[in-house]
Amino acid sequence: MREGPRIQDFDWTLMAIVCAITGVGVLEIYSSTHASAPMAGLQWRQLMWVGLGIAGMFIISRIDYHTLLDQAPVFYMVGVASLLLVLAIGHSKFGAKRWVGIGGFNLQVSELMKLIIIIVLARYFSEVRTDRLTLTDLLKVAVMTLIPVGLILKQPDLGTAMVLVPVAVVGAFLAGIDWKHALVGVVLLGLLIPLGWNMRRHLKPYQQQRLQTFLHPEEDQRGAGYQILQSEIAVGSGGFWGKGFGKGSQNQLGFVPVRYSDFILAALAEEQGFIGVCVVLLLYLGLILRLVDNAQKAKDRAGVYVVMGVTAILGFHVLVNAAMVIGYVPVTGIPLPLMSYGGSATAFVFLALGLVMNVRMRRFVN
Amino acid sequence: MAPWTVNDQRIPQGRLALISYLSVILVLLLMVGFWKLQVVQSGHFVDLAERNRVRSIPIIAPRGPMLDREGRILVDSYPSFSILLLREDMKAVEKSLPQIEEGLGIGRNDVMDQLDAARNEPKFQPIVIKPAASVADIAFVESHRADLPVLELMMVQRRRYQLGDMLANGIGYVGEVSAHELERSDGHYRPGDIVGKAGLEKQYNDVLEGTDGMRRVVVNSVGKVMRTLDNVEAVPGKPIQLTIDYDLQVAAETAMAGKEGSVVAMDARTGEVLAMVSRPTFDPNDFAVRIQQSQWDKLNNDPETPLLNRAIQAQLAPGSVFKIVMATAMLETKAVPETLTEYCPGYATFYGRMFKCHVYGKGAGHGEVDFHKAIVQSCDVYFYNVGKLLGIDRISKYATGLGLGRRTGIDLPSEESGLVPSEEWAERVLHRKWYAGETISVSVGQGAVTTTPIQLARMIAGVASGGAFVQPHLLKNFPNPRVDHFDLSDATVEKVTQGMYGVVNEGGTAAGARLQNIEFCGKSGSAQVIGYDVRNRLGKQREFKDNAWFVGYAPRRNPEVVVAVLVQGGEHGGAVAGPIARDVVKTYYDKKNARSQEQASNESPAQPGVPRPIAATVGGQHP
Repeated sequence: MREGPRIQDFDWTLMAIVCAITGVGVLEIYSSTHASAPMAGLQWRQLMWVGLGIAGMFIISRIDYHTLLDQAPVFYMVGVASLLLVLAIGHSKFGAKRWVGIGGFNLQVSELMKLIIIIVLARYFSEVRTDRLTLTDLLKVAVMTLIPVGLILKQPDLGTAMVLVPVAVVGAFLAGIDWKHALVGVVLLGLLIPLGWNMRRHLKPYQQQRLQTFLHPEEDQRGAGYQILQSEIAVGSGGFWGKGFGKGSQNQLGFVPVRYSDFILAALAEEQGFIGVCVVLLLYLGLILRLVDNAQKAKDRAGVYVVMGVTAILGFHVLVNAAMVIGYVPVTGIPLPLMSYGGSATAFVFLALGLVMNVRMRRFVN
Repeated sequence: MAPWTVNDQRIPQGRLALISYLSVILVLLLMVGFWKLQVVQSGHFVDLAERNRVRSIPIIAPRGPMLDREGRILVDSYPSFSILLLREDMKAVEKSLPQIEEGLGIGRNDVMDQLDAARNEPKFQPIVIKPAASVADIAFVESHRADLPVLELMMVQRRRYQLGDMLANGIGYVGEVSAHELERSDGHYRPGDIVGKAGLEKQYNDVLEGTDGMRRVVVNSVGKVMRTLDNVEAVPGKPIQLTIDYDLQVAAETAMAGKEGSVVAMDARTGEVLAMVSRPTFDPNDFAVRIQQSQWDKLNNDPETPLLNRAIQAQLAPGSVFKIVMATAMLETKAVPETLTEYCPGYATFYGRMFKCHVYGKGAGHGEVDFHKAIVQSCDVYFYNVGKLLGIDRISKYATGLGLGRRTGIDLPSEESGLVPSEEWAERVLHRKWYAGETISVSVGQGAVTTTPIQLARMIAGVASGGAFVQPHLLKNFPNPRVDHFDLSDATVEKVTQGMYGVVNEGGTAAGARLQNIEFCGKSGSAQVIGYDVRNRLGKQREFKDNAWFVGYAPRRNPEVVVAVLVQGGEHGGAVAGPIARDVVKTYYDKKNARSQEQASNESPAQPGVPRPIAATVGGQHP
């Protein structure tokens, strides 16, 4: 047993996978934007965010996660207060009040909330000493999760709000859940869908439209259904081998919506083909498996929950984003981690990975 | 350390492994999803992507020109620009409307109406918001390329009718393909294509229209052209040479100035139509761009029917011209002795009713009238008696045999057949018996019998040619014009043509139409305008005025040229219509004589068939 973390304990394999995915992402951002003047050079900005993210990752890995978990209630309060602040003063962008101006940069508070919910739920689950979660435990977890979910939904940002849920689900699964409770949970979720359907009148117009176009894409040739269709055309026309770097017509001529961000996988699928998609998906699978491996090697349950919270969010992002690009789920605005262009989203991923490194580096530390 | 950090080192290895397996399965499922799109359905999406970025822009093929028989250009095409509105990005369109209104003078509602009219067509097809853009319009679009990306220029070919309103009814006009034509064309036409709508433009549309080319361009997601992939050049339509003689056409048009009616001049030997006038008429150049609805309605609802080609569509009582049918039937059937003479006091009574001769009330009647005098003086009383002796069925048989009551087969759309009544017709159409009194009216070309000018020209030419009725046509190399033979004895032809010679040359009804050194013959007619509805339509001022007919030809036997003239409300066939026919025939012979003199003085004749623009002589109409 050693006294402190060592640099050798840093997960270099995970880092290699992360760098590979980031590299592919930066190249695809370059390919997607170099031809359109106002966005040319976006890859450099993305690289800057990656650099900042890596720095943040090292910093967060230095702080013992137990110390972070100690402060969980404080983080939670700060997080919820920030979300309320965003609702109160945040300015609108893309129809959503997600952004709060901080020092010239826009930081999405909800990204921060993802980190906070990981820490808060890790803290909660590690305090459970029983083999199974009691109903009271589950209700507490639900309330803790649903408060920020509700606040983010109010912004409104359906995608980010949904992302918080898997942290709780995976945590509960690992902590041990009575199968009856699990069944009730599934049934409740099942009931939520028709309820949500009946509540659709209360959705924002853009959400109604997204839902509508997901159900009937052919009726809307210019809105969200158009986006899904164009994305599918990009993916499908890429074929097995792809059209080549910088040669995807759907991508280059701007048919693929936000091709450098949420739909970057469509752009990649068009230019690099099924082969390219497989490589990227396998890289993500490698990332997930490596994260689970880290969880398995964690020193204590707290570490497991921290790592698996990160895994849950990243996995959910990848799954939903890839499914959206091929038209299996509605457009919800969930970016592809490490590949999609975006400052706070990229920063979040590296900070979250910092937490994972944190756990790994302390596996042999007492 | 806080109490919670009492480390619980029970790691749920099994559940973590389960999550690993689940991740593998989910990634495999995603791969299956991508496989379906990228491998299974790839072809379908490649098509869609191709359609997305490659757009075909038609290059309009110019329609073939129309030349007259000597190769002079009557109709051609000129390039012009249309302004297109790209409507894929409706927000951009919406934003551009104020600028479009200011720069092109097209109001917001106007644009909206046009967008609405095209709502069923695919979005990527732009709409024409301004055909025939002016230089200022083009400059506006060019200078606003950056801030008005929804506007685009397209070169089109427009029709130019050098003759203006001359020959307009024969030439016809072009217009945008109708929904019905679009459906019937089986994909041959696209919306907005220009096709022949009437006259020769319609008849020979297939020859004239050519094949549009295609420019394939790459567009971006707002429909803006990024670059051109390839060009398939348009194949221009083929020219058609007409039988029309520009000089005769001008002579006929000039002679008809200010009159209503029609002139048809035809080569009696071949059926080649040399001139065709219908008045009042229209200027087909008005149709070459986009005819305004109000103008179209005006042309369509005009009581003087300017769109009607009177030469082939005016079905009117032929009046005394019909006496040639009577005379021929009388001599051929021998049902009436050719020596028949009648005394004309100016009227006659049949079946208890008085029938007037055209000289009634103008002093004495024709007196003693024989066959020859009956034609020369156009004595109605004589032919009343002929008709009574022949009976309607013989008249009907001969009228039909000489080409009346059926279409001549001229190469123009919508020819009318006229009507030759018979007992059978009365029963079939009127559901009553034929009255014998009606035969008396028909004998002088009144009553139910109606003809078109082209039918009368062909009838007279056929009789004078000994019974060969040629198919009139306007296309110079018309394949195998039909010739209907209706055998007439030489004696009959001789007697009838002698009569028609007398009409012009022996102080007959058209004595004023006489020509020096030319055997100009013919038959006049002054027909009552029948039917109250027709009268009301034509207007009160001419309510009781007769239509004037004259069908003249030369020479007397085996004629070269025949001219039918109809002057509606002209009253006196010989005096009003006769001189018009004379002018045309005179022009024909003047040209012929000049040509033979030229040939005599010059061993090598001028090269025929070299197109020469006539803009200099006509002052071509530039819309």
